Amino acid sequence: MIEIDGITKVYDGTAAVDNVSMIVETGTITVIVGTSGSGKTTLLRMINRLVEPTSGEVRINGDATSAEKPHLLRRRIGYAIQGHGLFPHHTVARNIGAVPELLNWSKGDIRARVDELLTLLAMEPAQFRDRYPAELSGGQQQRVGVARALASRPDLLLMDEPFGALDPIIRMRAQEDLRRIQQQLGSTIMLITHDMEEAIRLGDRVAVMDAGRLVQHGTPAEIVARPATEFVANMVGDVERPLRLLSLVPVSEIMEEGPAEGDALPAEASLRDALSACLWTGRDAVPVMRDGSGPGRVTLASIRARAERRA
Amino acid sequence: MRIGTILRPALIVVLIALVLRPTWFAPVFAPFAPAGGPVIYDRASLLSLSLSHLTLVVLASAAATLVAVTLAILVTRPAGAAFRPLSRTITNMGQTFPPVAVLALAVPMLGFGAGPTLVALFLYGLLPIFENAMTGLSTLPPATIEAARGIGLNRWQRLIRVELPLALPVMLTGIRLSVVISLGTATIGSTVAARTLGEVIIAGLLTNNTAYVLQGGLIVGLFAVLIYDALVQLEARLISRTGG
Amino acid sequence: MPLPRSASALSPPGLLFAGLGLFLLVTPFMTLAANRIVAGEGLRAWALAGPGATGAGLAAIVAGLLFGAQNVRRRLRLGGAAIGLCGLFWLIVRGAPALLDGAGDYARVSPAAGFWALLMVFLLLMADALAQLSPGPLLRGGLLALGLAVLALLLGSGVLSDLSIAQEFASRKSAFVAATLRHLGLAFGSLAAAALIGFPLGILCHRKARLRRTVLPMLSFLQTIPSLAMFGIMIPILGWVGASVPGARTLGIAGIGFAPAFLALVLYSLLPVVGNTVAGLAAAPPAALEAARGMGMTVGQRLLRVELPLGLPVLLAGLRIVLVQNIGLAVIAGLIGGGGYGTFVFQGLNQTATDLILLGALPTVLLALVSAIVMDILVDLVRATPEARP
Repeated sequence: MIEIDGITKVYDGTAAVDNVSMIVETGTITVIVGTSGSGKTTLLRMINRLVEPTSGEVRINGDATSAEKPHLLRRRIGYAIQGHGLFPHHTVARNIGAVPELLNWSKGDIRARVDELLTLLAMEPAQFRDRYPAELSGGQQQRVGVARALASRPDLLLMDEPFGALDPIIRMRAQEDLRRIQQQLGSTIMLITHDMEEAIRLGDRVAVMDAGRLVQHGTPAEIVARPATEFVANMVGDVERPLRLLSLVPVSEIMEEGPAEGDALPAEASLRDALSACLWTGRDAVPVMRDGSGPGRVTLASIRARAERRA
Repeated sequence: MRIGTILRPALIVVLIALVLRPTWFAPVFAPFAPAGGPVIYDRASLLSLSLSHLTLVVLASAAATLVAVTLAILVTRPAGAAFRPLSRTITNMGQTFPPVAVLALAVPMLGFGAGPTLVALFLYGLLPIFENAMTGLSTLPPATIEAARGIGLNRWQRLIRVELPLALPVMLTGIRLSVVISLGTATIGSTVAARTLGEVIIAGLLTNNTAYVLQGGLIVGLFAVLIYDALVQLEARLISRTGG
Repeated sequence: MPLPRSASALSPPGLLFAGLGLFLLVTPFMTLAANRIVAGEGLRAWALAGPGATGAGLAAIVAGLLFGAQNVRRRLRLGGAAIGLCGLFWLIVRGAPALLDGAGDYARVSPAAGFWALLMVFLLLMADALAQLSPGPLLRGGLLALGLAVLALLLGSGVLSDLSIAQEFASRKSAFVAATLRHLGLAFGSLAAAALIGFPLGILCHRKARLRRTVLPMLSFLQTIPSLAMFGIMIPILGWVGASVPGARTLGIAGIGFAPAFLALVLYSLLPVVGNTVAGLAAAPPAALEAARGMGMTVGQRLLRVELPLGLPVLLAGLRIVLVQNIGLAVIAGLIGGGGYGTFVFQGLNQTATDLILLGALPTVLLALVSAIVMDILVDLVRATPEARP
């Protein structure tokens, strides 16, 4: 568990981060979202003490980060940044093994870990281990950056706009990969983005920052359904709010018995997918696949009723 | 640059005094002169040596600039592309030739005097100017060149109105390097009987008169530093105007 | 050899060389003088000896120029340069004894402007052909070694001993060895001293922007001071140190000689070393440095593992500048009793003995060229990061 307790950073009399407190549960993704200059990067950098807080404290599993030497602290916190920051003169394997090397792992352990991570990220170790960053595509570089941040099995993984430099399609895949890996490893992740879409898609919890303050901290559904301030509402985008909300609800939640025509949707599809299927094919209901008992269905009317509940 | 605003005029005044009124400095240099020996160089007027020194440098640098920039323009046109690797090799390897060696090697062909010095200064001065002019002309922002084509400038107009003005600051850096090298090499030119300020230093070295050495060294050093500084200022002004 | 017909089959620089080379063939190739001081009489290549002796050389030169002018087989251009060089030296080797035959005991023969200019042409042709082939650093090293071996063989075999410069050398063998050692000592010693001072200073300047803003302009002003003035100004300073600091004189520190030359060279070297250290360390991508800090590298680890390896090519390029510059500047030491090849250059200028000037100037040029090539190879070798392959 990460506890951020009244943390503040003042630069030349102005607070870049103003008395922010929040708790990040172990094994979850918290996405901090805000415009540029909102203080989100400063907040993140205070957690691994790349920036020293003016006041306040961060505790990881109960231990204050200020009690440890900064460079030792950073070795147990993973850190991935926009534009990957890979060492251009080191191979993929040396890049990924950088922190274990700092921690004096044995060569064999490092090698095993590198191969394990490359496999996890769907990069064939034999093929990629000895390449240099310049020989990889943008998406591959970014994955190596994530692997490097995960290498020493850190207590916490900080990610500063990790997908910022990727084009939309690769970005989507990278987000899915991150979700999958996080669930597989049970990592605790704090990720920064300026993209609300990304925040809602990735976050177990979303923290919205504006002008150095934490203006709302909650589940994606809460953020979308009940924006705390006008700023948050703007970030979410009023027009798309119903659709965003529907995208967070799985069809299984309002599935009912009954027949429907056409191709069936998988059970983990969202209501947004269901609505889209209805409108596109002009049907009032779509079938949904289900384990055991035959297909169920979701009707247009029930989607509408769910959207009006707003939560 | 607050130090500069005080130091620069002060150094200029010192230099002028050293050249025009060398006797004022007799007490300063006296401790370095051999017992009973002359303190202030009086075999030739320092002003005429300075003028002759600077004339050599200006002539050589002007000729070198003209030729080097012309060559750089030719080599950066499509028709001259075949000469590009060669010109790069020549500038790269040519600059490893020591200036003193170039000077010494010019003597067997041209004899003693200002001639070999001028040729050595010219040849050696070509290289930095050419190198920088080529860098300047071949690293222009492609968008600007594209825009110049787009608004219908022909090749000649593009060169005169866009490429040369944009490459000017980089070229000036080359000219500055070249002038500084020329000033130094011209000093050594007095060993091949060219009339330059090096004469004062050489006379001091030959007669073990450190006062001469210091006097000549100071004047040449001040000239070099002040000219270098003036050219740096000029470049800075140009760069701030083009926003580069 | 049949000339290729289509225009694209010809190399434009090669054509330039061919034209220039053919023109140079009618300029004086060697000079014959009555003694070492007087100006000699210039002789064209075909007038050096009988046609049986000169024919082969002339043919090789012409063939070399023609091979160089074509662009169909690029390796053949390199071969052309080699053949041409063989032709040049063939003419010298056969011409010198023929000219000296019956010319009197004090007579001297030397290569003349035509030879030197043709030598330049073929060396440039070789460089142009090599640039086209763009060999890797190891191959370049091999070629350099081969070239130096051939040169050593040529000088060692005694076939050139009839030349005036060889006779100047023969009468100064031990002085030449001493000058070589002194010249190398000045150039490499000052390089080592400058590296020892410059690297730490550069690292400090990289860290502290304020220090950088003071140090770099100061060093570049130092660099502008003409060498003769700098060497001269060192004389009273070191003279004072030698006279007033106890023990300094026993270390050889005095107003003239090795010490002022060495110090002047070190001062000149500081700007390239410090400047390139700063530039090299600044070359590390900011994102990589941020990541290094974020993963818990200490300041020292960042320097050793990230900044220095990435900046090494630029650092070495600084050392290349210094080495080449100091080999050239060390000649000036000859004027203040510091020894080195400059001794011969300035003695030669005093006596108007051209070959004595060459005895000092040619080794200097050769040393500078070889150092530059070797350092370029080293810079390429340490560029460990492969560029993105297209």
